[in-house]
Amino acid sequence: MPFLVQRATRASRVGAAVAIPLLVALVTLPWWGESSWMRTFVEFACLLTLAQMWNLLAGYGGVVSIGQQAFLGLGAYALFVLADHAGVNPFLCVPLAGLIAALIALPTSKVVFRLRGGYFAVGSWVVAEVYRLLIANASFLGGGSGKSLAAVRPFSKALRESVTFWMALAAAVSAIGLTYLLLRSRHGLALTAIRDSERAAASQGIDVDATKLWVYLVSAGGCGVAGALYYLNTVRVSPDAAFNVGWTAYVIFIVVIGGIGTIEGPILGTLIFFLLRETLADYGSVYLIVLGAVAVLVMVKFPRGLWGYAQQRFDLRYFPVQRRVRLDAIAGDAPCKFDQVNT
Amino acid sequence: MSGWLDTLIQGVLLGGLYALFAIGLSLIFGVMRLVNIAHGDLIVLAAYLALVVVDTTGLSPLAALAICVPAMFLLGYALQRGLLNFTLGGDILPPLLVTFGLSIIIQNALLQGFSADPRALRLGGFETGSFHLGAGIAVGYFPLLVLGVAVALAFALEMLFARIPLGRAFRATSDDPEAAQLMGVNDRHVYGLAMGIALSIVAVAAVFYGIRTTFAPTDGPDRLLFAFEAVIIGGLGSFWGTLAGGIVLGVAQAVGFRLDPGWGVLTGHLAFLAVLLFRPTGLFPRTR
Repeated sequence: MPFLVQRATRASRVGAAVAIPLLVALVTLPWWGESSWMRTFVEFACLLTLAQMWNLLAGYGGVVSIGQQAFLGLGAYALFVLADHAGVNPFLCVPLAGLIAALIALPTSKVVFRLRGGYFAVGSWVVAEVYRLLIANASFLGGGSGKSLAAVRPFSKALRESVTFWMALAAAVSAIGLTYLLLRSRHGLALTAIRDSERAAASQGIDVDATKLWVYLVSAGGCGVAGALYYLNTVRVSPDAAFNVGWTAYVIFIVVIGGIGTIEGPILGTLIFFLLRETLADYGSVYLIVLGAVAVLVMVKFPRGLWGYAQQRFDLRYFPVQRRVRLDAIAGDAPCKFDQVNT
Repeated sequence: MSGWLDTLIQGVLLGGLYALFAIGLSLIFGVMRLVNIAHGDLIVLAAYLALVVVDTTGLSPLAALAICVPAMFLLGYALQRGLLNFTLGGDILPPLLVTFGLSIIIQNALLQGFSADPRALRLGGFETGSFHLGAGIAVGYFPLLVLGVAVALAFALEMLFARIPLGRAFRATSDDPEAAQLMGVNDRHVYGLAMGIALSIVAVAAVFYGIRTTFAPTDGPDRLLFAFEAVIIGGLGSFWGTLAGGIVLGVAQAVGFRLDPGWGVLTGHLAFLAVLLFRPTGLFPRTR
C-alpha cells in the first residue's frame, strides 16, 4: 500500500510567511523604535531563551530542574569578570559566558545527577544556592551587594543598546531554531523517546545518561547566554538577583502555561507572562499570585498547556517536528510537495 | 578546644530544629513520594498563623499549638484531597509544578498580608535561659527542648509506622498503592492523613522556629532546602536517619559560622553535596 511521510503542515507554511516580515521588523527596530522598547524586548528575549532551554531540558529531556538560575547567574558573572577584569570586549563575552556556563555544568552534573526525579529538582536548587553563596562571599566580585559593568562605558548608549538588542534577538531566534533543528535530528528522536520512557529508550540502544548530560549542558549554555545578555542590558548585577529562584519560577510557569513539550508553547507563555505583568503592574506582587494560580490550574486541568490544548483541538503545528504517515494522500494532488514518498 | 566543643553542641541543638523541619517532609516522601516544594513556605505560613493566634487570644506560643496543630492538620488534609492527589501519578512534573506554584502563592500572599518585616514569637524569658556545663559552655533550655521534641517525634513516627494500623496502611500504600486498594485501603484518604500529620508536625516546627529566630514571608525556600538536605543526608525511609541528617546539617552550619559568619549556610550545603558524592543513599538508608 502506498503511503507518504509528511512533516510540513499548512500552519507551518503560514507561520513562515508571518515570521519573516516580523523578523525584518524586529531587526530594523533600533532605527525606528524607542530605547525603552529595546530594553523591554531584551528582557522578553532573555525570558524566551530561558523558557526554550528549560523546555528542551524538561519537556523533551524529562529532566525537571529548578536550579537553572545557577547557569543564568554564572553567565552573568562570567560577563562581568571577563569584561571588567580580563578586558575582553563585553559583547564578545556573551557567547563566552554561555560556554563557561556549559563548562561549569559538566562537573555540576556529576553531583546532581546522583539524584532522580523530584529529588534532582531540589538538589539542583541547592547547587544554585552554593554558587550564589560562593560569589556573595567573593569580595573582588562585590560580595553580596554586587557590582556595575565598567567595560561598557567607552561605548555610546545608543550603540550599546542596539548591539545588546540584536544579540538578544539572535539568542532568542537561535534558541528556537536550535531546538527545532535538534528535535528534527536523530538526537531529537532519542530525546522524545527518553521523555516517554527511559527504559524503553535504553532498550532501543539509546545512551540515556549521555543524552541527558548533553541536553543539560546545552541548556546550561543557553541560560548562561541569557544571563549575560540580561545583565549587559541592566549593567549591574548582584548575587541575590542573578541567582534568584524566581527566574526558574517564571520560566516554569511560562512553559507550563504555554505548553510543555512544544516549541510554540514557550513563545505563547512568554507573551502571556508579559501581558499579565504589564496589566497587573499596579498591584505589586499580586501578578505573581495570579501567575502561580494560573499555572497550578493549567497543570491540573490542561496538563499539555494552552498550546498543547490548541494543538490537539485544531491540529496546529507551526514548528512541525513530528513525522506523520498519510495513507490517503498519494491519490490526491501534487504528492511532490511532501517531504518523502515511500511505497 | 572548648570553643569547638561549644560549636559542636550548638550545632547539635540547631540540628534539632532542622530535624523538626525535615520530619514532615520525610513522612510525605515516604508515603507518597511527593517532593513538596511548598514545605518551607508552609512552615512560614504556620508561624504566621501562630502569630495571629497569639495576637488575638493572648495565649503563649506553646499554648497556641493547641489551635495551630489541628488547623494545619485540616489544611494538610484538604490540600492533599482537594489538589495534590490530582497531581500524583507516573509523571514527576505535576506535583513539582503545583507545589512550586503554591510556594510562590503563599510567599506573595504573606507579603501582601504581613509586609516583608521580620516577626517573632515570644515566650517571656524561657527562650533565653540556659545552664552551664562548665568550661565556659552554656546550653539553652529552649534549644534543648526543641531537640527533645524532635527526638520524641522521630520515635513516635517510627512507632506509628511499625506498630499502628494507620502506619501499616502508610507502608502498604507506599509499597504498592494498587495492591493496598485491593486490600481495602483508601489511598486518597491515606495520602490526606499523611499530609495532615506532616503539616501538624510543620506547625510544631514553625512555633519553635518562630520562638528561636525571626521569620519573614520569603524565608520559606531556605527552610525547604534545610529540610530536604536533612532527609537526603539521613537517607530515605527512616525517621531516625532524618533526625541524624538534621543534626549533621546543624553541626556543618555551626562549624561554618564559626569559621566565617558568611559561610554557615554554605558549609551546610557543601556537607549535603559531599554526602551525595560519597554516600548517595544517605548515612542511614532504609528502604521501606
